[in-house]
Amino acid sequence: MTTVSSAEHTRRDFLYIATGAVGAVGAAATLVPLVAQMNPDASTIAAGAPVDIDLAPIAEGQIVKVFWRSKPIFIFHRTPKEIEEAKKVDVGSLPDPEPDSARVKEGHEPWLVVIGICTHLGCIPLAHQGEYDGWFCPCHGSQYDTAGRIRKGPAPKNLFLPPYKFVSDTKIQIG
Amino acid sequence: MSGNSTYQPQSKVLQWFEKRLPIGGLIHSSFVAYPTPRNLNYWWTFGGILSMMLGVQIITGIVLAMHYTPHVDLAFKSVEAIMRDVNYGWLLRYAHANGAAMFFFAVYIHMFRGIYYGSYKEPREVLWILGVIIYLLMMATGFMGYVLVWGQMSFWAATVITNLFSAIPGVGDTIVTWLWGGYAVGNPTLNRFYSLHYLLPFVIAGVVVLHIWALHVAGQNNPTGIEPKSDKDTVPFTPYATVKDGFFMCCFLIVFAWFIFYVPNFLGHPDNYIPANPAVTPAEIVPEWYYLPFYAILRSIPDKLMGVVALFSSILILAFLPWLDTSKVRSGRYRPLFKQFFWLWVIACVGLGWLGSKPPEGIYVILSRLFTIYYFAFFLIVLPLLGIFEKTRPLPNSISDSVLGAKA
Repeated sequence: MTTVSSAEHTRRDFLYIATGAVGAVGAAATLVPLVAQMNPDASTIAAGAPVDIDLAPIAEGQIVKVFWRSKPIFIFHRTPKEIEEAKKVDVGSLPDPEPDSARVKEGHEPWLVVIGICTHLGCIPLAHQGEYDGWFCPCHGSQYDTAGRIRKGPAPKNLFLPPYKFVSDTKIQIG
Repeated sequence: MSGNSTYQPQSKVLQWFEKRLPIGGLIHSSFVAYPTPRNLNYWWTFGGILSMMLGVQIITGIVLAMHYTPHVDLAFKSVEAIMRDVNYGWLLRYAHANGAAMFFFAVYIHMFRGIYYGSYKEPREVLWILGVIIYLLMMATGFMGYVLVWGQMSFWAATVITNLFSAIPGVGDTIVTWLWGGYAVGNPTLNRFYSLHYLLPFVIAGVVVLHIWALHVAGQNNPTGIEPKSDKDTVPFTPYATVKDGFFMCCFLIVFAWFIFYVPNFLGHPDNYIPANPAVTPAEIVPEWYYLPFYAILRSIPDKLMGVVALFSSILILAFLPWLDTSKVRSGRYRPLFKQFFWLWVIACVGLGWLGSKPPEGIYVILSRLFTIYYFAFFLIVLPLLGIFEKTRPLPNSISDSVLGAKA
């Protein structure tokens, strides 16, 4: 392309720039479906819809495991002793400070619903084990209490809470 | 091909890289500075179009492979899940299926161009034969891709085509069992077709590299069939051929897009939307349109083995074209008799294609046999004799003379 004095832009310049612009738009448009197809498809999204869990068959002290969006969810029906243990702890001394009240729904204190994935590197902790009456992760030794909070070990955060709500006193909807 | 002196990288970084891996110089000498005959017409844009389509098929194919399941119980459903659930899955599937049709459409134009203008003649024999190899690989790839859908046509086409090999005397049945991996087309067959369907396009890509290399050794043919004699006869590939190729690629893509978005199932067979049923053969088994001429040739021979021989011969005979055509004149433009026989042959090919879609009875059988005879006669009788008896038109002095006229 021979140089033209910058004051004069030729028709050729216009054509080059216009073609290049259309080409760039075309390239971007082509990329959209190729990238988008890797996102979760409609059936995966549908399978990830909220699930209803009936709490009635869960006895006091029992921990039940369900799946939502391919993640394990622990549903813990805590005994009064276990609730007391969780509330008694000095929140400031926790690695990830959080009061028990922030981890349960108001008026439904006995029910702890957490995502059962260790916040360290993703293993599933074992229930009713460890020094804090909660969970013990066998991979690297993290220990959680009766409110699912990290007490000892390499995990940085408390067990995460999934989005859920009480549809009735004996039924929750996760998601 | 080593060290092209006209390529001077601008930046220090590029110069450093160029000293270690001269890929910039290679691209420059092959696709920028490359001397291209100045009289190429639009029939010459199909090579570039084919490279583009190979890229399109590979990309859409890899992306589809992320969602497809190659198991007899799940394959059909996984394709429907792609159509219905995967984001833009419908677009990717239709692009890939119609892309195969466009790929074959382009390859047939490309081949017809080669035959008309004598691009297979000395010194381009190996270039031509590499092309035949690419074509064979394309046919295998297309066939296996169609089977993967696991509809009724998929299954029964697989059964018919694999059964062709049973015509081989003695070892035929053993070969077929080996191909199937079982006693009939089934899951082992589907799995291995998936593996090979993923592999062959990359083999095609490799042979395409050789094809372009062979082309660049001899240089492109051109409509006059006379080699460039001076710099006046050629122009640099970029921008002239690049832009011409780019323009026609856009036209091609418009036709491609028209199929994808308006009539995506026009070229397909509705029976392939029925899941494969090994117990029920459809009323008619027809391959996709790009195989129809060969299907017609196969069915026009009453003997099983000879039909198979005719089928494979009809493709393999192309490889012998450089030696069957005895004419010293390269381009059909200056061969008035050859032109007529050539167009008759094109009509025979298209006619055979149409006949392949018809039931093998009555007038269709008679016409198929006639066209098949002419198909082979063109190669085995017409071309060898034309070289001896044809009175050709006078050739121009050079390419520039033919383009610019006597005032050049």
